[in-house]
Amino acid sequence: MTATQITSESAARVTKDGAASLVAPSRRRAPKPRWRERLVASAFVAPVVIYLAVFYAYPLFRNLDLSFRDYTLRSFIDGNAPFVWFDNYAQVLADSTFAPALINTAVFTFVSIIFQFSIGLLLAVFFYRHFPLSATLRALFLVPWLLPLLVSASVWAWMLNSESGIVNAALETIGLGQVNWLTSPQWSMVSVLLANIWIGIPFNLVILYSGLQNIPGEVYEAASLDGANGWQTFWRITFPLLRPVSAITILLGLVYTLKVFDIIWIMTRGAPGNSSTTFAIWSYRLGFGGGSPELSPAAAVGNLLIILAFVFGLLYIRSQRKLVES
Amino acid sequence: MRTRGRLWKTAVGVVLTGIMLFPLYWMINVSLTQPNELRKDPPNLFPFNPTFDGYSRVISEQLPYLGTSLVVGLGTVILTVAISAPAAFAIAKLRPWGGTTLNFVLLIAQMIPGIIMAMGFYLIFFNWGILDTIPGLILADSTLAVPFGVLIFVAFMSGIPNELIAAAKIDGAGAWRTFRSIVLPVSRNSIVTVSLFAFLWSWSDFLFASTLNRSGAFQPITIGIYRYIGNNTQDWNAIMATAVVASIPAAVLLVLAQRYVAAGVTAGAVKD
Repeated sequence: MTATQITSESAARVTKDGAASLVAPSRRRAPKPRWRERLVASAFVAPVVIYLAVFYAYPLFRNLDLSFRDYTLRSFIDGNAPFVWFDNYAQVLADSTFAPALINTAVFTFVSIIFQFSIGLLLAVFFYRHFPLSATLRALFLVPWLLPLLVSASVWAWMLNSESGIVNAALETIGLGQVNWLTSPQWSMVSVLLANIWIGIPFNLVILYSGLQNIPGEVYEAASLDGANGWQTFWRITFPLLRPVSAITILLGLVYTLKVFDIIWIMTRGAPGNSSTTFAIWSYRLGFGGGSPELSPAAAVGNLLIILAFVFGLLYIRSQRKLVES
Repeated sequence: MRTRGRLWKTAVGVVLTGIMLFPLYWMINVSLTQPNELRKDPPNLFPFNPTFDGYSRVISEQLPYLGTSLVVGLGTVILTVAISAPAAFAIAKLRPWGGTTLNFVLLIAQMIPGIIMAMGFYLIFFNWGILDTIPGLILADSTLAVPFGVLIFVAFMSGIPNELIAAAKIDGAGAWRTFRSIVLPVSRNSIVTVSLFAFLWSWSDFLFASTLNRSGAFQPITIGIYRYIGNNTQDWNAIMATAVVASIPAAVLLVLAQRYVAAGVTAGAVKD
């Protein structure tokens, strides 16, 4: 295919999409090569732009629209859903699930991050020392992260089973009583946290490990010449130099943990009561949890979640910028 | 003395890895346990008297689900690479209009919670008549990987020497030819990385599968397991056998493509 063919084709595509108002190629007798190059470049980008518009922007718009309407089963048939402004949001904010869901989302997110990050960091520092098998063992650590979340959640659900679970059997042998991990309100959150922390450790380990690799060896040599011990080296050198990578790891963790759905849904479904219900779980339960779907309130809950995610997202981008500058 | 110190570390490393991988061991152990021993207290730590009944049930009952997941996974990989590689080439080397904005949008796109996408897709797919179909699920699953794919490809393709592309141009190759014959072959590693993640994410997806393809004729393995848990709370050895089988792609890919996995995680997270 020649370059001219691509140019005319892309011009057609771009104008059809209405993405940019362009000067038609015929107006200029000899388009500058630079201008043409950019047109070709846009042809390469066009599929992704169209994709983003159709499969990101449009679903998000539909979801937003949904949250302002009263969408019922009837609406699927006759296509009518009255516009009710903020009624769904008011309903959701007044719901007795709102307060527990907000607290649970916060607890789940922050406790997960604290443990995932600190355990990941300790392991990264540990595996950074070269010893036989260190690379192989580090690779094995990744397996839990790559497994389908549904699989991990099922395994944890069985391990934490009250009567036949290995965890309670272990507690018994060391003389502690049984715990109803998944079925008692005070332990259900702990259970889903355990599973989620376990799943998040590999991700933290890999990113922090790559951060350690970027710290120049000379810094450590200088520190050891000055007689710093292991603890001092960690606190005065490793930790501060790792700060940009740590910030990104934590913020990514925040954004990803807010989304967590599979683990909680499989292990507890947010039960008992609302003791492990987060915004993601609440939204799913309203929309698809069985019975009659309440899609509009579900969309409203989802949009509250997106506001939270967006705040963290902005923080993430700010930290990225700082990292690029430094 | 030095060697002893290092061996000591290896021992600690092995113990830590053992703790981390214990749930996986437990999954395999339970999958091989006789059904009448499942409720034993304390449970058997080792399958002394293994049974493969769970696995034969997987093969007889879950094979269609596995097939669907394979088709959806491969479809997602093809769609993701086809859309993201050309765009990334343009952003990295051709400087299109709005390239920086696009990068920013892709970064944001990755942060949108899946449940919100699922809700929008549900209405749209209902209107389009692709609810409960494999193509619908492929489209939905690709949204997990496309932004990631573009960002990884951009990070990689920026590293291709400009001279290589200039040389192709001098030889008379257009942008498309350059992309196909120069950029794509050189980018093999990043194609492997993106394909790997696109496949694993769509293989693991439960949220889209359960909202957009819950009652279709062909359902993915995550729905298969979910149904099992719902219907057979007694048959945990069959459930765990299915879980083991569903984990095989992750294990195989990790063994075959270890370094791509690490490269994908770090590049996806740290570069923009």
